[in-house]
Amino acid sequence: MKRSTLILPKTLTWIVCLWQFGLLVYGAFTNNLGPDPTANIELSTGYTTLLLLIISLAISPLRKLFPRLSWLIRFRRLIGLFAFFYATLHMIAYVALYANFDVRSMLTDIASRRFITMGVAAWLLLLPLALTSTTWAIGKLGGKNWNRLHTLVYAAAVCGVIHFWWQVKTGVLSPLNLTISLAILFAIRPILAWRQRRKSQQVQAGTIAPGK
Amino acid sequence: MLIGKPPDIPSSAITPKDQYLNRRRFLRGAVSGAVTLGAAARGADRLADVFSPRIRAFAGTKLETIKSPLTTTGEDLTSYMAVTTYNNFYEFGVDKGAPSKNAGGLPTRPWTIQVDGKVKNPKTFDIEALLKLRPLEDRVYRHRCVEAWSMVIPWIGYSLSEFIKQCEPLSTAKFVQFHSYYDRKVEKWSLDEAIFWPYSEGLRMDEAMNPLALLTFGLYGEVLPNQNGAPVRIVVPWKYGFKSAKSIVGVRFLDKMPSTTWNDLNPGEYGFYSNVNPNVDNPRYSQKTERRIGQPFYAQTKSTLMFNGYSDQVASLYNGMDLRKYY
Repeated sequence: MKRSTLILPKTLTWIVCLWQFGLLVYGAFTNNLGPDPTANIELSTGYTTLLLLIISLAISPLRKLFPRLSWLIRFRRLIGLFAFFYATLHMIAYVALYANFDVRSMLTDIASRRFITMGVAAWLLLLPLALTSTTWAIGKLGGKNWNRLHTLVYAAAVCGVIHFWWQVKTGVLSPLNLTISLAILFAIRPILAWRQRRKSQQVQAGTIAPGK
Repeated sequence: MLIGKPPDIPSSAITPKDQYLNRRRFLRGAVSGAVTLGAAARGADRLADVFSPRIRAFAGTKLETIKSPLTTTGEDLTSYMAVTTYNNFYEFGVDKGAPSKNAGGLPTRPWTIQVDGKVKNPKTFDIEALLKLRPLEDRVYRHRCVEAWSMVIPWIGYSLSEFIKQCEPLSTAKFVQFHSYYDRKVEKWSLDEAIFWPYSEGLRMDEAMNPLALLTFGLYGEVLPNQNGAPVRIVVPWKYGFKSAKSIVGVRFLDKMPSTTWNDLNPGEYGFYSNVNPNVDNPRYSQKTERRIGQPFYAQTKSTLMFNGYSDQVASLYNGMDLRKYY
């Protein structure tokens, strides 16, 4: 796909990804963040993080399933970085609004509250991925190493979803949608790999023509 | 000047209330005479759903009240809007905004409370009789949720003890259990929770007889909106909010500690007592502070008070008890 045709969908991606942030900033200035603004900021940034992470993880299976959509790869870095952006906002909101910048209470939280431990772990897993997201870093690391490092995004997503489950009350199933989506993404990988293997075997055996 | 109008309704809440009143009047006019009160309430709910899915079936009906010495002073009230749109009533969905959208179909008339267990005779109380049992009092209370948010709410009701006396419990009754309304046709099943309904909560007898424990029929001068537990609920201001069961249909007196919904689900987080206590953390978060609802995000945090600030009235109930063990 040509660079110029990408301008419109890229702009749209920026707008969609910034939408939640825009709502929060607007709400903060107009004092219009709902009855519990602190919880609203924390929960909406957390949810957006997981949603964007899962969308970014869906891109490579989609490309394999539908080769015509291979241009989606051009959006993966942008969406992944937005996921990190929201994860960082989520973290800052915790530090500022829940822990009130009190280092001791933050350390207690990390040590004794497993959902916070898990949340911090997820953010720490995303951090090296965000830092190595530049084209320069990809070249420096080499494609193979870079790919290996970036499989950490799966670990981050799993930690994030566990963090969500541990945060909600027993009996509350609000993380279910995201969990099922992530599970599908995990399940589809071996299936796609198997399909790929079978195809290449068939190509080798000469049963179908290479290419299409 | 209007006579009988409670003084503490913010002007912001009045206009929408009038609209509800007008709608109520219209609906009442349309169905009056021909059908019973119960059918009228249901019909009004249906019609109301057509006009506006957010209709609060009986909200808007004013209640006659008297002043109470047990009211909490010196706190700014949480707005009517926040009190009625930020609710934990999981039967109608787990999002805070879900009950105000989904509770419109709760059939608040006819309504009875069945009383059984360790009582002289099992009895059934009708809501209309309960409303007339004692003068209704204005009681402003702090309301502290176990999730670490809090409100200040002007409830209307009378001490639960007045009702319990009418139930004539036996001397063997040590605990009282409350059951909330549940009907899958009304409180539609959804995939956002896996909790065993109906909701059940309980108190020790001496806690229930403490004059602060309120049998509650209204808030902000009017009958309870459905999402706040219409038509009758319990309010126990020194305990976390989930102890205050909503939409009560059953009261059972027992000689043993009853099973309660949240304690069954997660005994490590939700003790039977669940007194507001800044010194005992929830395993998932500290209870030292709370977020006051309706404040801007940078000014929400407040220190949580022991027994939610009601130590003078209730601390003696727990003399000699280790409140870390009996959280």
